[in-house]
Amino acid sequence: MIRGREPLAWGLFAAGGTVAAFLLPAVAFVVLIALPLGWTGEGARGALGAWADGAGHLLGRLALTVVLPLLFFHAAHRIRYTLYDGLQLHHLERLIAAATYGLATVMSGVALVVVWFLGPGGGG
Amino acid sequence: MSAPEAVELEVFRYRPERSDEPEMERYEIPFRPDWTVLDGLNHVKEELDGTLSYRWSCRMGVCGSCGLEVDGEPVLSCAAYLEDHLPGPIRVGPLRGFPVIRDLVGDISDFVAKLERVKPWIIGEGEGAGAGRGGGAAPDGAPDGAPDPGEPHRQTPAELAEYDQYSHCINCLLCYAACPIHELAPGFLGPAAIALAQRYNLDSRDRGAEDRRVVLAARDGVWPCTFVGECSSVCPKGVDPAGAIQRYKVTAARQWFSALVSGGER
Ligand code: SF4
Repeated sequence: MIRGREPLAWGLFAAGGTVAAFLLPAVAFVVLIALPLGWTGEGARGALGAWADGAGHLLGRLALTVVLPLLFFHAAHRIRYTLYDGLQLHHLERLIAAATYGLATVMSGVALVVVWFLGPGGGG
Repeated sequence: MSAPEAVELEVFRYRPERSDEPEMERYEIPFRPDWTVLDGLNHVKEELDGTLSYRWSCRMGVCGSCGLEVDGEPVLSCAAYLEDHLPGPIRVGPLRGFPVIRDLVGDISDFVAKLERVKPWIIGEGEGAGAGRGGGAAPDGAPDGAPDPGEPHRQTPAELAEYDQYSHCINCLLCYAACPIHELAPGFLGPAAIALAQRYNLDSRDRGAEDRRVVLAARDGVWPCTFVGECSSVCPKGVDPAGAIQRYKVTAARQWFSALVSGGER
């Protein structure tokens, strides 16, 4: 296999980066500005409660199912290249790839369990 | 500031027959506002020290052979004015990331081999690996439907615009010197080779995208690039290699995913 899995890794990285670029400003705005300043009307608990309701809704859970793994794989790719180039660990290529993408896989699994079984509106 | 009479050049010297270690040598040259660093080096060579070795040819930013690091920046020495580097001493060194043969002369054979691998020429209908497979995958919407052999290869201004900027590359290798990844991952195909591959991939007359894909989408092709972007900032010809690389990553990832869906060869 000449081209390996690099297009897959980069595809997830790019998709995760795009998602993060769209979501982060909104999340940062709500968490860092709107909540502390009480712009959310019903206060912090009300707003967080609204978020929890959203995350418990079927559509919210479907969205999180897509978004969370993409974010983890985005981070994994970045950390992997930071270790390769920044710390000059090219000789540990396989180990680093296994550790970073492996961790992203585990975290995605945990996140999905939380979203579908343990979170608000979940089965647990 | 009044113009000085003279300025010092501090030049990287490497003379393997004398010493294994490189050294810096200082030369005082007359200052002229219309002199470039290359003019200064030519003055050194003609008047002060005939043993100094460096490459140059056209003196007008076309041949791509006089690329050097001036005060640590990769530049064409024929386009770097002494005036912009006052008061001196002006440090002049070889391009980073290339083994030095002698003084300011780097060994670029690794780049030439990489460039050859991407087949930087027009591969016509029936000539490439994609021949007989629907004429090869045309990437990035390069229009299919090449003219019959013997017909003129007409091209619209819009088709020209697709690849035009990449055709301005003069192989000066400033982008390689500026790229941190080129030094860190020596196998990396590098900015100019990828930009030149795209110069042909995006040409409506070309059918070689499939041939080049084997090289570009390989592990050492576009993927080591982490989008630092220095290549595009130093390019003296306004080429955007960083953009070419990102664009090809999208193309390669798209082809990978569509092959996954259709069960084809990835
Ligand atoms: S892309 Fe620009 S900097 Fe790189 S070799 Fe070509 S002309 Fe020089």
